[in-house]
Amino acid sequence: MILTREEEYQKIVEAYGNAGGNTDLLGNRQVANMVVHENRVLSANEVEGISLKSESTERGVALVLTVEEGRKIEHPVDLCFGMLPQEGLQEIDLKMNVQDRSEVNIIAHCVFPNATNITHKMDADIRIGNNAVFSYSETHYHGDHGGINVIPKARVEVGENSVYRNTFALVKGQVGRLDFDYETICGRKSNTELVAKIYGKAQDDIRIAEKVHLNGEGAKSLIKSRLVLKDKARAEVVGETYGNAPLARGHVDCNEIVDGDEAIAKAVPIVSVSNRQAKVTHEAAIGSIDKKQMQTLMARGLNEEEAINVIVRGILA
Amino acid sequence: MLEVSQLCYNSNGQAIVDDLTLSIGKQEIHAIIGANGTGKTTLAYLVMGIYSPFTGSVFFEGEDITACSVSERAQKGITLAWQDPARFEGLKVGEYLKLSNKNGSRAIEDCLSMVGLLPSQFLNRSVDENLSGGERRRVELAAVLAMQPKLAILDEVDSGIDMASLPYIMQGVSAMKSQGSSVLLITHTKDALDIADRASLLCGGKVLQTGSPEEMSQWFGDHCVICNHINVPEEGSA
Ligand SMILES: Nc1ncnc2c1ncn2[C@@H]1O[C@H](COP(=O)(O)OP(=O)(O)OP(=O)(O)O)[C@@H](O)[C@H]1O
Ligand SMILES: [Mg+2]
Repeated sequence: MILTREEEYQKIVEAYGNAGGNTDLLGNRQVANMVVHENRVLSANEVEGISLKSESTERGVALVLTVEEGRKIEHPVDLCFGMLPQEGLQEIDLKMNVQDRSEVNIIAHCVFPNATNITHKMDADIRIGNNAVFSYSETHYHGDHGGINVIPKARVEVGENSVYRNTFALVKGQVGRLDFDYETICGRKSNTELVAKIYGKAQDDIRIAEKVHLNGEGAKSLIKSRLVLKDKARAEVVGETYGNAPLARGHVDCNEIVDGDEAIAKAVPIVSVSNRQAKVTHEAAIGSIDKKQMQTLMARGLNEEEAINVIVRGILA
Repeated sequence: MLEVSQLCYNSNGQAIVDDLTLSIGKQEIHAIIGANGTGKTTLAYLVMGIYSPFTGSVFFEGEDITACSVSERAQKGITLAWQDPARFEGLKVGEYLKLSNKNGSRAIEDCLSMVGLLPSQFLNRSVDENLSGGERRRVELAAVLAMQPKLAILDEVDSGIDMASLPYIMQGVSAMKSQGSSVLLITHTKDALDIADRASLLCGGKVLQTGSPEEMSQWFGDHCVICNHINVPEEGSA
């Protein structure tokens, strides 16, 4: 079936809405936004202080997003990447340049509602200047077939005194195969927080690698991952933090819940310190749902399944 | 309402609850007192169904519930406020209270107010590690109030509560009674004993004495060495 551009736009926006995106924002002139389907930009809107330059490539889109120096962008920027067909390849090349003293919140949705054999690659290069605040939250929806291979890679540099918050969520539908690889270099007195929340089901295969280099004096970081695995899903979470500067503080916090006899969870926290005034800590909890939490909810009249749902929803919220 | 007969529970070969018999009437606040480690929380778990007794039985409203699960007992109207309540990441106080209040018969805001917590400040907090110990216990009591149970087992809901808030907790417990609930009130304080109808003293997993709060208040005096089973090293041990 061949869709017109208008139909494509409507369908991808619908998928974006189903994945939790606010569809009102995509057409809103006050809000910077962009919708990309396969290798085509279907719509784009810039607002003052932000430039969004895009170019179609053979298999995807190359996008350069710049937030100008000193600009505080009032509304979150909405990005939607996706593919409607069941099969195909999409490669997104994303460069983000968040200049000194700017502030921006980006909300991205990656939607592949019908995927049976799709590969989605994202290569991101993110430069955050000094005294800037950058939040990036990415929510994925891959449909219910698990027929997708998603490979997001990012290299991030966080400047002095800057704040960087990254959230990755994939809690609806199936994951498919996910190979997530983020590396962050943190400057002096910067603050980095990386959060991943994933619900694996069926044969989902999840690998998360997050590496943080605390290179600037007084840099702080938190790597937080929350995974729930059902059926035969498997996951490996590698959270690495290197404390390389005086007064650098890092923490790795991984919680993986296995709700099923055949799911497999693995956590590999790597913490390393090369400066005697740096400190990096980690905690990992891997296992079944907490018994006391279950009993507490059951003592309020919930049955076992209801109690599990409440606990899982909270962890992935 | 609740009849516990000849309950025994062992752990690692040691009797923790030992031939314990106790009954609680309708709309009765029954305090349980006794030193640390005498089996009060274990009794609470046995009544809630978290532990199964080795021998003995639990009857509730004339029905043998000894073999019932925690959920089944809760559905019959029994609930428990834990001594050290669990924390829940990502679950808001408001949602937590709503879970307890399935029929929605009492406004959850009122339940928070009854334990002296401002709804505007607490409804959107998470029931996670960021609540203080006292706040978490008060939220737990609010959840019990929201459930309007027939029998509330309250395990030291008044411990670690600040002086200004303690009256709210006591009023909350008394309110349960006036609304028709029975309460098994595990406590170490005289304040809680004073709002009880009766009290039982536990020692070494047994009920040593049951009486009126006045009679039982003797155990809070200067001579609070409850009985010689407690804190006496076993023969032969160092
Ligand atoms: N799972 C267990 N394994 C071994 N011993 C246990 C276990 N649970 C409880 N105990 C022991 O049983 C005894 C009774 O414990 P319980 O928690 O019921 O005491 P309690 O009366 O509630 O004390 P407190 O006033 O400190 O709350 C204690 O000595 C405790 O150490
Ligand atoms: Mg106890």
